[in-house]
Amino acid sequence: MTAARTLFDKIWDAHVITSREGGESLVYVDRNLVHEGPFYAFDALSSEGRSVHRPRQTLAFSDHYVPTAGRDRGSAGIADPEARVMVEQLARNARATGIVHYGMDHPAQGIMHVVGPELGLCQPGMIVSGADSHTSTHGAFGIFGFGVGASQVKHILATQTVWVSKPRRMRVTVAGTPGPLVSAKDIILAVIAEIGIEGGNGHVIEYAGTAIEALSMEGRMTVCNMSIEAGARSGLIAPDRKTWDYLAACPHAPKGADWDAALAFWRTLPGDAGARFDRDVQIDGARIEPMVTWGTNQDEAVGIGGVVPDPRAFADAARRERAARALEYMDLAPGTALRDVAIDRVFIGSCTNARLEDLRIAASLAQGRRARVPTLVVPGSRTVKRAAEAEGLHEVFLAAGFEWRDAGCSMCTGSNGDRVPAGERCASTSNRNFEGRQGRGSRTHLVSPAAAVAAAVTGRLADPRALA
Amino acid sequence: MSTGMQAFTPLDAVAAPLFEPNIDTDKLIPHKFLRKPLAAGYRNFLFHDQRFAEDGSVRPDFVLNRAPFDRARVLVAGRNFGCGSTREGAIYALQDFGIRCVVAPSFGDIFYANCLQNGLLPVVLGEATVAALAAHLEAHPGAHVAVDLAAQTLALPQGGTVRFDIDAVRKEQLLKGLDDIGMTQQHAQAIARFETAYRARHPWLFRDLPGLPRHAPRAGEGS
Ligand code: SF4
Repeated sequence: MTAARTLFDKIWDAHVITSREGGESLVYVDRNLVHEGPFYAFDALSSEGRSVHRPRQTLAFSDHYVPTAGRDRGSAGIADPEARVMVEQLARNARATGIVHYGMDHPAQGIMHVVGPELGLCQPGMIVSGADSHTSTHGAFGIFGFGVGASQVKHILATQTVWVSKPRRMRVTVAGTPGPLVSAKDIILAVIAEIGIEGGNGHVIEYAGTAIEALSMEGRMTVCNMSIEAGARSGLIAPDRKTWDYLAACPHAPKGADWDAALAFWRTLPGDAGARFDRDVQIDGARIEPMVTWGTNQDEAVGIGGVVPDPRAFADAARRERAARALEYMDLAPGTALRDVAIDRVFIGSCTNARLEDLRIAASLAQGRRARVPTLVVPGSRTVKRAAEAEGLHEVFLAAGFEWRDAGCSMCTGSNGDRVPAGERCASTSNRNFEGRQGRGSRTHLVSPAAAVAAAVTGRLADPRALA
Repeated sequence: MSTGMQAFTPLDAVAAPLFEPNIDTDKLIPHKFLRKPLAAGYRNFLFHDQRFAEDGSVRPDFVLNRAPFDRARVLVAGRNFGCGSTREGAIYALQDFGIRCVVAPSFGDIFYANCLQNGLLPVVLGEATVAALAAHLEAHPGAHVAVDLAAQTLALPQGGTVRFDIDAVRKEQLLKGLDDIGMTQQHAQAIARFETAYRARHPWLFRDLPGLPRHAPRAGEGS
């Protein structure tokens, strides 16, 4: 009799080729995702005279450096010469190595963590590596997805394998039913506020509970996406009916007899009853409010009805110091009601919150209202963009005075030039509020798409429930 | 400057204190520099927005801009050092600045792995030990820390030696400058056997899907 295994154990066991002294294992990688960033990997590979072992199992995405306006001119339209080099270099490397490339002019182009799932390229039970920490997003499908640096990208290109030590298993159960307009983003911000930004270090987090089961696949991706912000290697959610229904509509999901075989396999993935976790955390979903960050780390978040905390209120000295520094950077005084904080700009986008569901919620609240501050809406992919336009969402955004752009990472990290100017305060649906993340001197408040619209139309951090 | 594994040789050098928690990779190297070719040199990108003012002038108050810390080979940092992104540019910037060893109570997982890929030694010590070391370095600028990876010890400037843990195989790789590909190739047969069995078990994963864009299709590829 074999011991009861978690979802993660099952994925892990199916991929281990060999284990060695010290605890690392060589695991097989089903899909390897790259963007423009790890060019060092391709450079090193070619200077070492190595080839790509399984080119069909790597996918390349132009997302970080692509412009979100003026795309009809192709890469010639990229004003910034260094960004143009990044975009052209990836196209060249993909062509030279025989890797499938979702380039700037591809109809399915977009952020790797949006495109991989929506095309059905990433499927339950897989190990997916990515040159990006948010590869954890794919965990929403019951995939062990994790980020690796350029050297490990090179290794995966050359061997289709990677050495990793088996993470510990944490389960976060979110029970209860969150209230209206409390979204997946609010759930994950509440989880990170609870366990802290290094609470997940060394772990894979499996999310469970009624509040997680109730989420759409889009919402589950949002939750898994930000697992890395709690320090976790990855996030995971057991695949279920919603997963199969989602995949059935994806162009590159298995078809016919393949579908039947795949589905039979996928059904075996959820954890066995009685499987043990190294750590268990419970969160009451009914008590989660729309969340907003006040600091420069993702665990510095409170409900929108709250106030900027007094650093002295933290019991832990290191936490006190960190909060004080964060407030200085954010230019916020303790005790300020978050709803009184004026903002300069809004960004709705990123691999956390730029899927169709996010844009639908945003449009439903933007309907008939006007932006008071510059507001940028950047769909996660061109597929999302087309679907949104087919529903007329873009017209709602444009009528509200929002900008409607082409797909990419955009202002999440500003690598394509869409940046938040120094000193400005941005309500953003992205995932990192680090100092300077959206541009040097930028101040970021992480929020859900609904709260981002509330901020856009009031010019302050605001409770989206007040708009509904 | 080049990427890749560098052998770790014994070190006895100036250590710089930067005992703040959660120094993320965006702080280590802002995203705007990740597009730079390695030939540009990454040393000035390290902690760029802390080290340099908007106008490019040097901020004399930042620890790595102050002599003798500008010669530091060891960085003594706070917990969760290197949290955030996968960007290996953070490692390249540290190495190009001259840092060969980072001592901290804990590291971001991906950053830790990236260190090991490049021969930058990450040393995990207890929070109190790191705090005391950082305080000593503040009070005695220029104090040396000696790192002996073979013995897994750190000789502290205030006296005494502490031992640190490291995965045995990773230690060998660091000492010899061996990268992972060399290690993996020793398992080439096991990988080939695994792939054959795995493909037989999950054939649907390996179909050549219609409509996938591709470049330079090659004969026999995707077998
Ligand atoms: S949207 Fe942001 S977090 Fe996501 S992949 Fe792009 S830059 Fe990274």
